[in-house]
Amino acid sequence: MPWKLDSQKPIYAQLVEKVQLDIVTGRYQPGEKLPSVRELAAQAAVNPNTMQKALSELEGSGLLYALRTSGRFVTDDVRRIQEVRKSLASMQVKEFVEKMRSLGMTPEEIMKLMQDIIREETL
Amino acid sequence: MSECLSCLDLTKRFGEKEALSNLTFQLEPGKIVGLLGPNGSGKTTLMKLINALLQPTDGCVLIDGKIPGVDTKKIVAYLPDHMYLGDWMRVRDIIEYFNDFYEDFDRDRAEKMLKELNILPNQRLKQMSLGTREKVQLIMVMSRRARLYCLDEPIASVDPAAREYILSTILNNYDEEATILISTHLISDVENMLDEVLFLKEGRLYLHGSAEAIRAKEGKSIDELFREVFRC
Repeated sequence: MPWKLDSQKPIYAQLVEKVQLDIVTGRYQPGEKLPSVRELAAQAAVNPNTMQKALSELEGSGLLYALRTSGRFVTDDVRRIQEVRKSLASMQVKEFVEKMRSLGMTPEEIMKLMQDIIREETL
Repeated sequence: MSECLSCLDLTKRFGEKEALSNLTFQLEPGKIVGLLGPNGSGKTTLMKLINALLQPTDGCVLIDGKIPGVDTKKIVAYLPDHMYLGDWMRVRDIIEYFNDFYEDFDRDRAEKMLKELNILPNQRLKQMSLGTREKVQLIMVMSRRARLYCLDEPIASVDPAAREYILSTILNNYDEEATILISTHLISDVENMLDEVLFLKEGRLYLHGSAEAIRAKEGKSIDELFREVFRC
């Protein structure tokens, strides 16, 4: 099944996000070897050049590292992965808060609502 | 070797009708390029010129610096927009045929893909559905280790599930140094895998650019841009 991508936005940025998410959620474990560029490209149904570009960017940000002959691996640096996880989460929360504000919710109301919903879910 | 394919002032006239006018562009190795345009914009004419099935009225096509002919056919794998193999042929015969014709044909690869799609060696083309026939042809073409692949409407008559298989076949099988020129109307199905797009409009080159750059600049998909440019 090809990855769900939005053709209106640059594909490579979406690939970066997707692989990032797969690392953060543990689909790819710390230190695990990633499939080859070609394999990932075929999975996603995208161009290998685009996948290459996305993986290079993730290398640049320290989430992946490449060994010349044996391929690309997820970093062993668990703290780095946690950082990325946190920054992804804060982005989501920011977006959420903005939407709540546009609905006219006060910070107190937002907090209250969230607590209620979390409580309901854990019951 | 820099360009894989270049067209210089390429013009093709059929009597009064100018099918292609002063087409000039170059494709580098290692790219997947979408050849997009409405019906009658000259896509198939361009494909035929690249494959020496037509001669230019003016200008030229060069493949690795050579004019299309016997030498270039060794490095160009062409999937025409219609069936050209005899319908009496069995899959087994077609494999032999390709094996005889092309030095770069990889028989194991073809057999493996046919097996994955449950196409049996003793099946005749005549007994197959249109979609299955197309798959057989595409498998043969993609099993060559060519430098340039010209695929004219490769997914037009196959169902969406098989389309996915075919596209991933293309992605899995092309060599990183090879260029793929793929013409299609089904832009949304292929656009995520394109490096570059060529828009043809009434025989002229309307646009040639990187797919990502176009998405970033226009803020819309190639499919949407196409619908806008070619609105009837």
